[in-house]
Amino acid sequence: MSHPYLSLTERDLEEMLATIGVASVEELFRDLPAGMRFGRELDLEPALAEAELVAHFEELASRNADTSRELSFLGAGVYDHYVPAVVDAVLQRGELLTAYTPYQPELSQGVLQAIFEYQTAICELTGMDVSNASGYDGATVAADACYLAKHATGRTRVVVTQATNPQVRQVVKTYAPGFGLEVVEVPHRDGATDAGELRAAAEDAALVLFQHPNFFGCLEPAPDLAAAAADAGALAAAHVDLVSLGVLEAPGEYGCHLALGEGQSAGNHQSYGGPHYGFLAAKEEFTRRMPGRIIGETTDAEGRRGFVLTLQTREQHIRREKATSNITTNQTLLALAGLVHLCWLGPQGLRELGEACMALAAYARERLPVAFPERTPFKELVVRTGRPAREVIRDARAQGIHPGYALGRDYEGMDDALLVAVTERRTPAELDRLVEVLAA
Amino acid sequence: MAAPESYPDDLLYHREHDWARIEDGEAVLGITWYAQDSLGELVHYEPPEAGSTIARDSSYGEVESVKAVSDLISPVSGEVLEVNQKVVDAPETVNLDPYGEGWLVRIRLSDPSETDALLDAATYKQHVTEQ
Amino acid sequence: MKLIYEKSQPGRRASRIPKPDLPPASVPPELARAEPPRLPEVSEPELLRHFTELSTRNFGIDTGFYPLGSCTMKYNPRVNERVVALPGFRDLHPLQEEDAAQGALELMWRLQEILAEVTGLDAVSLQPAAGSQGELTGLLLMRAYFAERGEDERRRRVVIPDTAHGTNPASVTMAGYELVGIATDARGNVDLDDLRGKVDETTAGLMLTNPSTLGLFDENIEEIRDIFHGAGALMYYDGANLNAVCGISRPGDMGFDIVHINLHKTFSQPHGGGGPGGGPIAVRDVLEPYLPVPAIVRDGDRFRFDHDRPKSIGKVRGFAGPFGVFVRSYAFIRSWGPQLREMSEVAVLNANYLLARLREAYELPYDRLCMHEFVLSARRLKREHGVTALDVAKRLMDYGFHPPTIYFPLVVPEALMIEPTETEAKETLDAFAEAMLAIAAEAAEEPEAVRSAPHGRPVGRLDEVKAAKRAVVRYRFEDHPDLAAEPAAAGVEAPKGV
Repeated sequence: MSHPYLSLTERDLEEMLATIGVASVEELFRDLPAGMRFGRELDLEPALAEAELVAHFEELASRNADTSRELSFLGAGVYDHYVPAVVDAVLQRGELLTAYTPYQPELSQGVLQAIFEYQTAICELTGMDVSNASGYDGATVAADACYLAKHATGRTRVVVTQATNPQVRQVVKTYAPGFGLEVVEVPHRDGATDAGELRAAAEDAALVLFQHPNFFGCLEPAPDLAAAAADAGALAAAHVDLVSLGVLEAPGEYGCHLALGEGQSAGNHQSYGGPHYGFLAAKEEFTRRMPGRIIGETTDAEGRRGFVLTLQTREQHIRREKATSNITTNQTLLALAGLVHLCWLGPQGLRELGEACMALAAYARERLPVAFPERTPFKELVVRTGRPAREVIRDARAQGIHPGYALGRDYEGMDDALLVAVTERRTPAELDRLVEVLAA
Repeated sequence: MAAPESYPDDLLYHREHDWARIEDGEAVLGITWYAQDSLGELVHYEPPEAGSTIARDSSYGEVESVKAVSDLISPVSGEVLEVNQKVVDAPETVNLDPYGEGWLVRIRLSDPSETDALLDAATYKQHVTEQ
Repeated sequence: MKLIYEKSQPGRRASRIPKPDLPPASVPPELARAEPPRLPEVSEPELLRHFTELSTRNFGIDTGFYPLGSCTMKYNPRVNERVVALPGFRDLHPLQEEDAAQGALELMWRLQEILAEVTGLDAVSLQPAAGSQGELTGLLLMRAYFAERGEDERRRRVVIPDTAHGTNPASVTMAGYELVGIATDARGNVDLDDLRGKVDETTAGLMLTNPSTLGLFDENIEEIRDIFHGAGALMYYDGANLNAVCGISRPGDMGFDIVHINLHKTFSQPHGGGGPGGGPIAVRDVLEPYLPVPAIVRDGDRFRFDHDRPKSIGKVRGFAGPFGVFVRSYAFIRSWGPQLREMSEVAVLNANYLLARLREAYELPYDRLCMHEFVLSARRLKREHGVTALDVAKRLMDYGFHPPTIYFPLVVPEALMIEPTETEAKETLDAFAEAMLAIAAEAAEEPEAVRSAPHGRPVGRLDEVKAAKRAVVRYRFEDHPDLAAEPAAAGVEAPKGV
């Protein structure tokens, strides 16, 4: 029994078996019914030494065209923003990386304080009073928001804009039947949502969810949409982009009850879709309905400030079947990465980041055949190529560029459309190159 | 810090550890010493709204400690006349004085005969020893 | 220690953002931010030092023994961190063309095959982001299965033992099912008499962990299987305790139809202070059509997503799931190969060794060999000396250990749930046992030392009542109008001797 991750020696084994009072390791399993014993060896490939392991993974990785090898304008929910080196450095601290949920606060003030700082940052960016310690991703926090709204209002319908990310809508629809909720979608009009239409659909709704900037990259008439929701007696929930909140108003300032979204743009590498983190924040009245962990400030007997998991009676380990959610393991480390990135940016850096995205998007809008020329883009736009988008992608990639996401699978009549993302890592020259390639 | 254990004789009790003080067609409701002792120091009281109707044997609100949340089970049915704001502001009042300052709601009884089904102090005390 | 906000000084920043040589684009005024967000203004050295200091106030597996029962706190291999950082994984966009992501797709497909083999089941979805999400997914699969058979109106109940992890009942409610609880018998098995009376044609299924949260393998598992399958119900396996049985007993062979695996427990994904995790599910082939979309399939030597899944329950998480977690777990498994069996054997050996050393000083509620974890009770210490499981946990910190799980499972009073895992050396186990024995002795001789623990940590026991009563869940900028003028050394303490 020898393996680099085991410390057991022959001598250890002898002594331990003697202390336990059994003759063999096999005897430790004597309570297992004979019919339950797995009678052969696991059919797995033989163990690899570390160097062999690395070689295998390098081979696998070499067959992936990542953004260090190919100029990419892919976005659609996950973005190629620059992740500063200091984020990676913090995440490699073993005391943070290899710790678990801070149930013993005296040993976990590092994580607890860091998450308190994260909660603060999320509240500050979104204009809300309470944030949880993270959800799984931007799609599942939308489902969480629906569950919260149902219990807060007693209503059983949720309204989602069609201009919200298709995966977010799909996840909400997967969870809805179990929650006893009906989901209604409001179509987009020319790349954004009409507040009047939204108001009509929101009658008797528990929640209205809209994305801003929306999936097409366009700015929505967000204050009007929030007002429409409130007018119908529904909770207004804005699905937002953290890195836009240096230039765009906080949802809490224009009438939203909830703010949520996918945090990846702040601090996480793309990593083929995950792990990332969902954020969810709310006005104070919803504090006790919040799903997930919440860290609170307190003191010890000496009056020293410290941080603890609080309001745990909402959570599964106490409330069990009446819990506000079943979430236990969340996305703490990724949320921590988000915090480090936001602190690295600071308010100036965040604003400049947003401005850079918008300037590049505006430049792209002037040079490409966009679907919604009247809308202001934040960091993405819909480009109509006039040819099947899948072919355009194939041809562009042959010239070393991935031009963007083909929208045809998600939206009717958009088979020639590409969703083109421009983050602060892109340059005008690269955009010129894209224009060239698409024109060809 | 909490009150010493007691179960006043002038009250009526419900198996789910709630008490009622009946007077002139009204009832004042709260939780017993046993309930507050099991929960620990209360940190939150979620009351019903004044004017709402509560039903016997069902939940009319919640109290919460650090380690648990408990439904408040009403011993009798009626209309909520008053909520004890003192407990809303300082939930630990219930631990200090569960039968006096720590009262939770005052209601107008809709069916005074419901009190026949409640326990007297001696019976309730016996019930507590069996927990 | 100050919060990062308390270290902010106007004018400092760690970032420089390349400015494109373009005219600025304006935000419509009604949408524009009025006030800048109060993110901290710090330089990069201040930033790194702050988070480094925070890490020194935290305890991880890297720091020391972490026997948190039910969490499987095993060594997190560093080679896994190296491979997950390869640009071909780290910088790969999830919507990249499939022929340009073959390495990623192959990795996921291979992991699926491995998990099917380990669980003894037929089909796998890697999508759920954590064990509890796996549970919810499994319950949604149950609903879909019975809906197709016209039985879902009738089958509204799910049976769960009283030893279950709190996520189980929470998941049941979120899936729209009703909960039926069953008792545990004196041997620590599910009480069969109680069970027989509660399973009938209204039952959708069972959620069970085996070995249970008591660390005990249910001796009647075959009978339980017959009861449920006999009633036409399904069996769901909570894989939290899989570390005990890899290569030794497979949940599929035990009769379970749906299994979730916790990649952050059994397969070494680092816990990250609370997450991320991974909760893939494996199912019997009758349930395969309902799995989340997309599936990952193999066509000859190509790998691809299959979105054409008309009976799928839908999507529980974006994209294919937490890919970085798959990379690490796959690397971990490839370093063991079929030897995974020995991983479980040593996990069980280590737990039984500690049990043997501690059973006299503490109470062992179920007198059996354990599997990978075991539960002790500190009830006698409480009764005789007023020292509780909580006190024992805090005192263990003074000895340099992370405490075990306490007050769970609920069926054991003053519970201490200890799971050493296979990666601990015998000397570590001995040191832990000696500390536990010393604490039991202290409880009798100087209980105050135990009850006032921990000593020497940055904080003592924290006032959780206060934290819940007037919950302060963010830094209140409004209470600090002139942050930049606050004293630099505020909140700093110099120790004045032991």
